[in-house]
Amino acid sequence: MSQLQITNGHLLDPVNKINRQANLYIENGHIAAIDVAPKNFKADQTIDAQGLTVIAGIVDLCARLREPGQEYKATIQSETVAAAMSGITTLCCPPDTDPVIDEPAVVELINHKTANAAHSNVLMLGALTTGLKGELLSEMQALKIAGCVGLSNGRHPIDNTLVLKRAYAYAANCGLTVFIEPDDHWLSAGGCVHEGTIASRLGLKGIPVSAETVALARALEIVAETGVKAHFGRLSSAASVAMIRRAKDDGLNITADVSAHQLHLNEFDISSFNSACHVLPPLRSQRDQEALQRGIADGTLDAICSDHQPHDPDAKESPFISTAPGISALATLLPLATRLVDQGIADIETIIRAITSTPASILGTNTGTLTVGSRADICIFNRDASWQLDESNIHSSGKNSPFIGWNFQTRVEHTIVSGTPIHSHTD
Amino acid sequence: MVNKASRPTDSLIGHDAWNIQLDKNGHLKHFLTVEGLSTKLLTNILDTAESFANINAQSVKKVPLLRGKTIANLFFEASTRTRNTFELAAKRLSADVLNVNISTSATSKGETLMDTLQNLQAMQCDMFVVRHNQSGAAHYIANRVAPGISVINAGDGSHAHPTQAMLDMFTIRRNKGDNFGQLRVAIVGDVLHSRVARSQIHALNILNTGNVRVIAPKTLIPAGVEDMGVEVFNNMEEGIRDADVVIMLRLQKERMQGALLPSEQEYFQMYGLTENRLRLAKPDAIVMHPGPINRGVEIESCVADGPQSVILEQVTNGISVRMAVMSMALGREPESNEGEKA
Repeated sequence: MSQLQITNGHLLDPVNKINRQANLYIENGHIAAIDVAPKNFKADQTIDAQGLTVIAGIVDLCARLREPGQEYKATIQSETVAAAMSGITTLCCPPDTDPVIDEPAVVELINHKTANAAHSNVLMLGALTTGLKGELLSEMQALKIAGCVGLSNGRHPIDNTLVLKRAYAYAANCGLTVFIEPDDHWLSAGGCVHEGTIASRLGLKGIPVSAETVALARALEIVAETGVKAHFGRLSSAASVAMIRRAKDDGLNITADVSAHQLHLNEFDISSFNSACHVLPPLRSQRDQEALQRGIADGTLDAICSDHQPHDPDAKESPFISTAPGISALATLLPLATRLVDQGIADIETIIRAITSTPASILGTNTGTLTVGSRADICIFNRDASWQLDESNIHSSGKNSPFIGWNFQTRVEHTIVSGTPIHSHTD
Repeated sequence: MVNKASRPTDSLIGHDAWNIQLDKNGHLKHFLTVEGLSTKLLTNILDTAESFANINAQSVKKVPLLRGKTIANLFFEASTRTRNTFELAAKRLSADVLNVNISTSATSKGETLMDTLQNLQAMQCDMFVVRHNQSGAAHYIANRVAPGISVINAGDGSHAHPTQAMLDMFTIRRNKGDNFGQLRVAIVGDVLHSRVARSQIHALNILNTGNVRVIAPKTLIPAGVEDMGVEVFNNMEEGIRDADVVIMLRLQKERMQGALLPSEQEYFQMYGLTENRLRLAKPDAIVMHPGPINRGVEIESCVADGPQSVILEQVTNGISVRMAVMSMALGREPESNEGEKA
């Protein structure tokens, strides 16, 4: 197996408290040593990381690859390449593919495709209920054996609270984490923007904050009662951050994430019917945005994910309400996360943890750090590049980003998966 | 602290929605929403409408201002009054008019909005008058038509109905004079779903109206509507007190299904405009309604047909105001770069 050395880079690994310039040695796909080369190490390849930052590969808790089912939007091949070019070495896709990931055959199908694509690692969540219909329990143990790292019903409702409780209890029985996107569909039905000033001005149907908090409160009670390990994803409101903080203070075994765009946009960005900003949950008020930022800074929110949703161009070509929600977000995950550091909102260690080690541990993978002996998934980035996002540097098949035209300072220079360099930036 | 990552045009974000309405010389090119337009421009529309009102009162009601221009009425949603007055307005300006009833033709065959537009552009129209059931549809179209084409919003979802708002301002001015600062205007009814109310609220605020109120049950008031410059009342008697202008909104029957209201009867009991309630307003208050009215639901027949009602005058004024907007948008001096292309 090949031996790779990364020289002179600034290594940053908050878990192992590494924050200094050092050499990193990779052997047989694993991190072999830091500072001093192991015995008999003879580098086949050297990456000069002078002036660059070296972190563990980014772990994205939520990215839709559109395959199987919507290959006209994107494919596993296209999106894992795009992820690699964005420094993301592991991503987790939710079960709302077509067919739904509710039986082992679908897991195997995706695993087969990813094995052939072989760029970033793809992990999967299985459906909590069959067909995500919220009625019958999926074969959770079979999904676990097939390789699912957790279970989720996505934004699909489980109306019957008893079914919800039994699903959580059974997931706990299988030792699987449930991934919850809280949404009361009665309150959010037909809505496309935050219920507030902008919705009222534009005459668009709003989604109240209570659509999230009502579902969150219900889920928290059932999580407490069943003891299931739970992760709450894509939170959008100040009230939710406060509820998560309280639940953690009460000793509940939960984690939570926010998507990167929620930390940088709010309802005002929609104000010209900008369909690129059509997302679910919706962009909320500036006060909510700031509370989410504080939630990341103080650790109430554990992770930042991309919530990547690539679309074909037609999907965003309609009056606002008819457009498909979602942002093609792999390319902006790291730039937007580090932007919080540039803005003085959070420190770099907190941000790096939120996109590497914490999501890795939520998914139960042995990555996300530079620990010697762990799999060598590495992201090397430049903090002083100056570049502008445009369609040509969004490598996903979906070019739907509200950040097109934004200037960024952080650029991924190299990505390494299992010790193999799979991306190097070229101008 | 240096902000390393930056937005492209921070100062412009949020404003292009209405900026696209004006050409480089600041003249009205599209009329999509009242929001963001100047007092001067709105006054200009009202003054121009006034000059057309005189023509409309003559026995020969036609002027050659838009001769040779083609105006397409694209109604993706049914309408009688608005479409008829737009058609009359265009004809009185000597334009050729094409009425396209799209709800029953192309889109029901699966053609996208963009396809429909491109086909109509190929017919070399100069103006699209658009009604659509989705908020933002007129903006969407205006952002995508060829540079020479003007778009007039004849109502988009719950967002805006700017010509209706302007004909209402015109009616108020004709009855109450041009000092809007002295006026108290009450808008009563389903503000939540009303594009008319939204446009009226913007127009009244731009014209510096002394006091703008909305009166409705909590289920029909949009969140944060106060930010648009209105005072909110849930009690009809309190809200209507000393009003100079009472604008009633139409109540759609489907609101009962959505559990927004229990019944038409209860709505009428609490918010219907009766003779007794109208006595709480100023003695010379005028009563307006964008139509079509639901007698006995939001308004009592004797009020709708009574001496204070200006409901039919609104319809007449609609023609003058639409003539004004059409002639302003199509009668502009060409912009420098558009002139070159021509």
